[in-house]
Amino acid sequence: MQKTEQVQYNRAGQRVVSPDYLLFEAPREKQFMTGSEVVKEAVKRASVDASVSYPITPQSEAAHLIGELWVEGYVGVYFRGESEFGVMSEIAGCAMAGARTITTTSGPGTLRAMENFPMWAGSRLPIQLVLMARGVNSPLSIQPDNLEVSFLLDTGCMIWHAETAQELFDMILAGFVVAEQPDVHVPIITVVDGFFISHTREAVMLPPDDIALPPYNPYKAPMPPIDMEMSPGRFLRDPYVMKSNYISYATHASWQFEVRAAIERSRPYAKHYLRGLIEEFGDPEGEIVFVASGTAAAQAKEATQILIHEEGVKARVVRIKTIRPFPAQEVIEALRGAKYVFVPEFNVIGWLERELRRVLYGNLDVPVIGSPRVAGGMTMPPEFIVKEVLQFLGKEVKHVV
Amino acid sequence: MAELGPSGYSPYPVAMYEGVLTPPPGKALMFNEIVDEEIAMREAAKAMLTRDNPTIFPGPQVLYAWNEEAKEKAKLVRKIAETLGAKIIPMYDYRPKYPKIDPEKEINPNHPNLTIWHNNIKACIFVGVHCHYANVALKIIRAETDCFTIALCGNSGHEDAMITLRDQHLEELEKFIKVAEQVKKELGK
Repeated sequence: MQKTEQVQYNRAGQRVVSPDYLLFEAPREKQFMTGSEVVKEAVKRASVDASVSYPITPQSEAAHLIGELWVEGYVGVYFRGESEFGVMSEIAGCAMAGARTITTTSGPGTLRAMENFPMWAGSRLPIQLVLMARGVNSPLSIQPDNLEVSFLLDTGCMIWHAETAQELFDMILAGFVVAEQPDVHVPIITVVDGFFISHTREAVMLPPDDIALPPYNPYKAPMPPIDMEMSPGRFLRDPYVMKSNYISYATHASWQFEVRAAIERSRPYAKHYLRGLIEEFGDPEGEIVFVASGTAAAQAKEATQILIHEEGVKARVVRIKTIRPFPAQEVIEALRGAKYVFVPEFNVIGWLERELRRVLYGNLDVPVIGSPRVAGGMTMPPEFIVKEVLQFLGKEVKHVV
Repeated sequence: MAELGPSGYSPYPVAMYEGVLTPPPGKALMFNEIVDEEIAMREAAKAMLTRDNPTIFPGPQVLYAWNEEAKEKAKLVRKIAETLGAKIIPMYDYRPKYPKIDPEKEINPNHPNLTIWHNNIKACIFVGVHCHYANVALKIIRAETDCFTIALCGNSGHEDAMITLRDQHLEELEKFIKVAEQVKKELGK
């Protein structure tokens, strides 16, 4: 008997395929693209229902390109909000109505919208925010800096940090899949370092654009979606802050624990779709270890090559892909045998160093050096990192930066 | 679910923080152990058949006729109650109810302990409750009561329940009824 296969198409007429096929099995072709263009390519294959935008450097182009997808019929709804606060509120409305949603922001826009991120998490909305980091007004900067990530760490959102445009493409697609799992179902923030990724071109491997992720099924959500039987007023519930009694406190406590537990439940899914929560690079026996994420990890990899091949220093990189959930166990295991741990970062406070110290405390006794650290748009050439390590080790510094 | 009772300073323990994950597809979770579905079904039935005032808390997904599966599931939930000799107290609405609920007739995810205390319920089944509200309620029940909690979940399960069965659709609920009938016979009930 002949086997019949049911082929499903999304609203744009793309063939619906499994996430595993789209991410791991579909043939890919090489393209030369900016990070902003890559956002468009990912959204094009993600069966997105709604996107809301607002201009702010450096994410404006990505937001604009998602708008082009709406014109082309790939995105169901697209409009410009009144401000970042408006955008993040409006995208929440779309998600509550059962739409797969994506939006983008940068720097001060993130802070302007801030109140909404815990609200997304508390409402269990699997919204995707692509954050093209640029730092905040301290003072005003439109240069690469990822200070705003530190403000997002405890909002109840998952946070992934992409190193390259290729990884951004894959993370956007995987982000929807993981965030929409019924037992996870919290927002996903996919971070890239602005300009370094958003505005530079690199080779990326893309699957065909006539296939796409399965559409979002809001009826598997852990909360009822809004529909004709479940109106917004009913969904929004009584705000607990309006009630001052033991029951309201108790509910609120349990609710907040549940949001954090939901992030933890994303681990096995993220491990599968990201091929691990961390990446290890360099000499497996390296005693000098860089723990880094995003562009800082890319620079640390370059520095590691110099240290190994030109300086005879055994070095390696442990790259963190997921900031929330933080891959604590994986990092502790990876750092066994390390003599010194350096944490290069593109922000003034060293949020990754703080995270690392928190998980190592009481678990692994290894010196952590929160350096090199740049901010406000400074670059971090690999030679800069090499110099830092050599000086620390009391070795001769040959490179002049 | 790893341990009974409060965790640290908070009255609301979270099994996830104790390293307990929802079970993988095809398996079930019994306390902090991943077991075969049938073993969990047997233990769930045993708990309901041997503890005082066993009660099923059906949620909106089986109380309202959202789709054909919901209608069929509702019939099976009634059959499970009959098999286990359990009461049914519905969780028909998720909004907190003030000034107070009627614990004889309803349970609410925001203060599920009130219904359990009032009726002295020592074993219960959550079925058809949206996952978020089931998780909020199960944490509170675990902290505030000595009730043995069982989750029959259509999605990925609930690690804060003492027994959690995942992907429970019509076929699985029918299987649970058969297992419960068998356990009942073995217990001479």
